[in-house]
Amino acid sequence: MAEPTRREIMLGEGSGTGSGQNLTVGMGPAHPAMHGIIRILADLDGEIIRKADVEIGYLHRAFEKDCEVGGWNNAIPYTDRLNYVSPLINNFAYANAVEKLLGIDVTERCKYIRTIMSEISRVCDHLTCIGASAMELGAFTVFLYMIKAREFLWELVEDVTGARLTISYGRVGGVKADLPEGFEAKLRAAFKQTREVLDEVHRLLTGNRIFMDRMVGVGVLSREETIAYAITGPLLRAVGVGFDVRRASPHWAYDRVEFEVPTQKDGDNYSRYLVRMAEMEQAMRIAEQALAAIPGGPINVDFEGRPIDPAAYVDQGKQGKTEGLLLMPITLSPNLAGQDRKALERVNAHDKRVVLPPKETAYGSIEGLMNHFMLIMEGYGIRPPQGEAYFASEGANGELGFYVVSDGGDRPYRVRCRPPCLPPMAALHRMIEGGMIADLIPTFGSVNMIGGELDR
Amino acid sequence: MHGAAILERLRARLGTGVVETHAQCGDHTAVVERTALPGALSLCRDDPDLGFDVLMDLTAVDYQKYPGREDGPRFEVVYHLYSLAHNHRVRIKVRVDEDDAVVPTAVPLWPIANWLEREVWDMFGVRFDGHPDPRRLLMYEEFVGHPLRKDYPINRRQPLIGPRI
Repeated sequence: MAEPTRREIMLGEGSGTGSGQNLTVGMGPAHPAMHGIIRILADLDGEIIRKADVEIGYLHRAFEKDCEVGGWNNAIPYTDRLNYVSPLINNFAYANAVEKLLGIDVTERCKYIRTIMSEISRVCDHLTCIGASAMELGAFTVFLYMIKAREFLWELVEDVTGARLTISYGRVGGVKADLPEGFEAKLRAAFKQTREVLDEVHRLLTGNRIFMDRMVGVGVLSREETIAYAITGPLLRAVGVGFDVRRASPHWAYDRVEFEVPTQKDGDNYSRYLVRMAEMEQAMRIAEQALAAIPGGPINVDFEGRPIDPAAYVDQGKQGKTEGLLLMPITLSPNLAGQDRKALERVNAHDKRVVLPPKETAYGSIEGLMNHFMLIMEGYGIRPPQGEAYFASEGANGELGFYVVSDGGDRPYRVRCRPPCLPPMAALHRMIEGGMIADLIPTFGSVNMIGGELDR
Repeated sequence: MHGAAILERLRARLGTGVVETHAQCGDHTAVVERTALPGALSLCRDDPDLGFDVLMDLTAVDYQKYPGREDGPRFEVVYHLYSLAHNHRVRIKVRVDEDDAVVPTAVPLWPIANWLEREVWDMFGVRFDGHPDPRRLLMYEEFVGHPLRKDYPINRRQPLIGPRI
């Protein structure tokens, strides 16, 4: 009788000999180490994954079907829920796809705001990804630090949009509101704190032996396969391909800022970690440059004239005291009720077919009221010409594309989202097959699956 | 390569296989015959000047309720291709009728087509001939119908797992 191998001593007779003793283990859909609802059916031979089948769809909520029911702007809140860690990028990419269909261009200031807010979101996304995957490897400190840093950034997002997660800040033709007062100082302070956290994390993880043992050489996907699986974003850059939509087809203000596209060459989990860490610094660099160059003057806007309360404004209008009302500035919270005319004109396209009039115009003049109704009432609204358009932006996980088809009506005929994390999930079985079951967790973490955009 | 030149190349190589081309909103698009689709896709991938090595997206559109196209072929399967080397894009479309909703698979060219075609089958009921694993992707196997078809009502509810006995 042959001498038993070390493997057989450890794992029992017959393991690894193809004797059909493989054990099928279903992980998920709800599993503590699966941050996202998916199911992995793994055929285990001892601790080795021989074959894996990834099942998705547990978070499917008919995003694309829902978009066809309301007006073009009604899809914006649904896009928040695609990648719920960086919802701003989804908002802007969708809005820009519709703008492409309409053939309109947004204002310069709006382009810069979209750039700044997208980059803040990208940092949030990478912080969450690295923090969560480090936690699953036992580095709980890193998770807490990174969530702390994300908190600073989410406070910025809250300041601008009025919400932390379901922000609905983008609009077809612009953004909901201009940046608030004192934004620049807050952003600099938040970035300073985030950089400190990143520095700490670098010292905790980048050379850490335990971390490297689990990450280096694990979850490898070759360059050819990465491309064949249409994987973009940090995973593609981790195999040495410097493709970045921001660089390849610059939109918004990306052609006016300097940044690098960090790449690594090994294609393992560690390379992905390094790419993401480097990208956060680049994202902050872009946001700072864009903020320094934003047109339309400083953000601390001092509106001239005596502002009045919006409720009093509406009352005057109802009483018929409309003389001079149109020109009277009102104080509105930038986050809740919109902003005054001057601020909105700077951030929205000058196109009455698309952009809602400012509140004082809607309440203070018949033209404004009609304009408002024409955009809101069913059967009117934004009506792009018949046709189709595809717009891609660089989401945190790769190319985020929206393919929109219009039949000339006030509702989208078809909205298709190209989710950046679907291709890596389709290739996940290639990354985990042949590896240990314990390596499934860091590999799954490095893919940064976001259920909302994967299942739509 | 410029978009117009890409379409010119496709027309030259595929002849009557190309039904029509357009460049709406700057997106260059070629509609091809179903029989010419495998040739068109492999030409796009393998021609060194075209070099479309990434199948960015694969989806479908149901034109049943589109004004002016109610009688025409019901489905359009849409391929978005991207070339890493040349940094250019093209959109390939193929039209199929409802009673013969079958398209040749692109899995041998790009493995990502596996999941994307499963999703199109799931959502639209367009079958991909030669697909190695034709299951639904997002919905469950017991689900009846194809939800993104225009005649599937948005408020229709189905029991999540089979009827209760």
